[in-house]
Amino acid sequence: MKAAKSKSKDFLLAVEGLTVSFDGFKAVDDLSFYLDPNEIRVIIGPNGAGKTTVLDLICGKTRATSGSIRFQGRELTKMKEHQIVHSGVGRKFQTPSVFEDLTVFENLEVSYPQGHSVMGALAFKRDLAVVEEIESVARTIFLEDMLEQPASLLSHGQKQWLEIGMLLIQKPKLIMLDEPVAGMSVVERKKTAELLKVITREHTVLVIEHDMQFVGDIADRVTVMHQGKVLSEGSIEHVKSDPKVIEVYLGH
Amino acid sequence: MFDGYTTSELMSIFAMQGFAGLSLFSVFVLMALGLAIIFGQMGVINMAHGEFMILGAYTTYLTSSAFQSYLPGLFGGYFFVAMLFAFLVCAALGAFVEWAMVRHLYRRPLDTLLATWGLSLILQQAYRTIFGAREVGVTLPDWMMGSIQVTDMVDLPINGLFVMIIALSIAIAVYFLMYRSGWGKKVRAVVQNRPMAEAVGINSAGVDRATFALGCGIAGIAGAAFTMIGSTGPSSGQAYIVDTFLVVVFGGAQSLIGTIVSAFGISQAQSTLEFFLSGSMAKVLTLLVVVGILMLRPEGLMALKIRR
Amino acid sequence: MKDSPVVKWFASREGLYYLALALLLVVVLPVMLDAFRLNMVGKYLTYAFVAIGLVMCWGKAGILSLGQGVFFGLGGYCMAMYLKLEASTPEATAIQSTPGIPDFMDWNQITALPWFWEPFNSFAFTLIAVIGVPVLLALIIGVAMFTRRVGGVYFAIITQAIAAILTILIIGQQGYTGGINGITDLRTLMGWDIRTDEAKTALYFVTVALLFVCLFAARLIQKRKLGRILVAMNTQENRVRFSGYDVAAFKIFVFCLAAAFAGIGGALFTLSVGFMSPSFIGIVASIEMVIFCALGGRLSILGAVYGALLVNAAKSGFSESFPELWPFAMGALFIGVVLAFPNGLAGLYQTYVMPLEERLFRRKPKTDGSQKAKATAPAQTPGERGKEYDPLIDQYSPEKS
Repeated sequence: MKAAKSKSKDFLLAVEGLTVSFDGFKAVDDLSFYLDPNEIRVIIGPNGAGKTTVLDLICGKTRATSGSIRFQGRELTKMKEHQIVHSGVGRKFQTPSVFEDLTVFENLEVSYPQGHSVMGALAFKRDLAVVEEIESVARTIFLEDMLEQPASLLSHGQKQWLEIGMLLIQKPKLIMLDEPVAGMSVVERKKTAELLKVITREHTVLVIEHDMQFVGDIADRVTVMHQGKVLSEGSIEHVKSDPKVIEVYLGH
Repeated sequence: MFDGYTTSELMSIFAMQGFAGLSLFSVFVLMALGLAIIFGQMGVINMAHGEFMILGAYTTYLTSSAFQSYLPGLFGGYFFVAMLFAFLVCAALGAFVEWAMVRHLYRRPLDTLLATWGLSLILQQAYRTIFGAREVGVTLPDWMMGSIQVTDMVDLPINGLFVMIIALSIAIAVYFLMYRSGWGKKVRAVVQNRPMAEAVGINSAGVDRATFALGCGIAGIAGAAFTMIGSTGPSSGQAYIVDTFLVVVFGGAQSLIGTIVSAFGISQAQSTLEFFLSGSMAKVLTLLVVVGILMLRPEGLMALKIRR
Repeated sequence: MKDSPVVKWFASREGLYYLALALLLVVVLPVMLDAFRLNMVGKYLTYAFVAIGLVMCWGKAGILSLGQGVFFGLGGYCMAMYLKLEASTPEATAIQSTPGIPDFMDWNQITALPWFWEPFNSFAFTLIAVIGVPVLLALIIGVAMFTRRVGGVYFAIITQAIAAILTILIIGQQGYTGGINGITDLRTLMGWDIRTDEAKTALYFVTVALLFVCLFAARLIQKRKLGRILVAMNTQENRVRFSGYDVAAFKIFVFCLAAAFAGIGGALFTLSVGFMSPSFIGIVASIEMVIFCALGGRLSILGAVYGALLVNAAKSGFSESFPELWPFAMGALFIGVVLAFPNGLAGLYQTYVMPLEERLFRRKPKTDGSQKAKATAPAQTPGERGKEYDPLIDQYSPEKS
């Protein structure tokens, strides 16, 4: 452990000894893992393994009981949520959470990394740079023709993409996605995998996913969680053949 | 502020004020129980809760008048009949209100607050029209008069003791109903996971209505008990409403024990301070402390740390 | 001149709504009503300040405060303290045992002006305090509550408790506050007698002018990204937070804004009525302020003005002829607005009157035509796009909150 800590500045994200307990129940228990820049890491594991809680802890939604989360050498566990976002961590929720009343354009605009203070939001002007950036992100997430549509009219899959787009426009270094393809059609899944490949050219991505086919398509490395701990870690083939993983998750 | 009192005098003052506080505690517990059940179940605050209590008080008043005129021989026992009536009348009105109004607003708790406030205005004015603006009081049966002398300086009035016994019995009954009965299990199931409860065949709409009616019925019992220690006017209910809300919130929503503990703390603080400060300053100080604590600890006294 | 943006705006549909309100308040009512009635309207308008604040705070951001009377009252008391000191010259109060202090203090055996009254000898300080004191209290409450993520029903209950505390405090501390009677017998503002008809009419126009200042301030916020964040926070608080916004700061801001508006309204109320008392700040008064906003339409700042006017006019009308029916009407109003038309008058207007307008203005390309152009031609200059998010009245959809 000590040796790993000293090297942690080479990693984009270093999670060490992370623990959180709710009334004595340890949802995440002494968890450690490390992300390299530009890697795609997928977390898999049975329900209740603590996968979503890990994302909650990294983005500050839940506070850790103990342990550390270092992102580019900065400790995240003491920061407020919005400060974590500003330091370069973006997070997509499991159920699509976009602003239904606003148009696609406005959804992306709200996430544009400018005018985030109260006064900044009052002074914020929509200039050419903003519009160009929004249009470019909209092309990436296949929504360039729907900019003026209210988000409530989008399909489930399109909402998921929009939320990913809202992350992209923040220009984060680490993007965390919670089950991005859940509830998507086969075509949408394919497009999403494509989208993720584009995204990883410039970002590090941490994904929670159940669909093993999809995991195999995108993952550089896979971390398997079970009862709040790391059960196994490595390439998809390694993990698939690990007897412990087969026992608790994949089944025989 | 303790200057000029001997220790034994102080002890007696605390004992007497403590008992006066217990009467207030009883009213708080009875009112807060009903409110807490509804708040815990539906997350809405019933602003007309005080008016439901007053409805129970008027029901008791009517029952006592009826006994006086038609059944003077049984007058000693009218209170128990009145309590039952008060419960039934308030529960019936509660069920109606739930059906006509509250059920349409489950996803809008703030709007429920406003709508029930409207209801409280209407009920208050209705009482004023029917019973007049003057306060009415009931005649206590003989056995409830008088007091028990504990020491030279400490007197405990019987009606106060009686109200306290009612409050504690109701609290215990509610505890068994919510935590030890099949129905209570259903209620808690709906609170925790509505879609799942529906999926396993619980009629959640029925549970809602019954819970709301139960909460209102308990307010009715509170009103019946209230007549034993004070007189009733159309707006008497409003006088308690802020305190009771604070009792519920302070205790931590969905915690029955918390509600009782906070009712005890608030009523004792208020009544003890009242002896040393003016009544209004005692109240201001108590409320300020409660609000202050809630600002520091918004989840209340007894909230569970849950996984969100 | 013709092409200036201001002229253009007044010719737009939204501009016309503002123009219509201005016409009503500046021309129609002053011409139609005598000085007494006009003063009443002025009094109702002071409540409109509170209602506009509630639109921003409750309608947009979803924060229901049941204690707006507190801020209204603080603004009103600040002004009343200044006026009372001006009315309590040693000459005017020569018969008191301590001349030169307000009469109610003398009645309560207070022999020197309390320290917190001293600064209210200065008009400049009073003007600052009218906004500053309410905002400071809102800031304290806001910081304490919003940084700890207290919201919804809890927030409503606590603000209501604060209204109760302040009322009990003012009534209890008679010697310092005038008690239940309040601060009465106010006469002059810097030597100018505010009790004459001319003064009352002049104050009416001051009220209207300040009302429009607040309306435009609220409108500016609503148009900017700030306004969009407030609405977004209401439905998707977490998404806003994890898009990098400090949600608490935005809530504190809008709560303070509402407090500032309420304080201005309160000060004008004191001026137009000539006294201030605890009955205007308590639980009942505070929750009534919510209905002004709800009736007008909780998302429409213009609606709030009409809501405040109508409810108060109805209240006066009822209390003159059928006082016992008013609580029934008020109760029915609360229930009806919430159950039957949650978007209030503004919502009804949008549903029933606007289609008529559409038909009426069909020839004019400015209103109807531009709407169509938007839908079909997404390629626009950035400037034009900025104007797009501009529904005068957002629709409130109950299912989402």
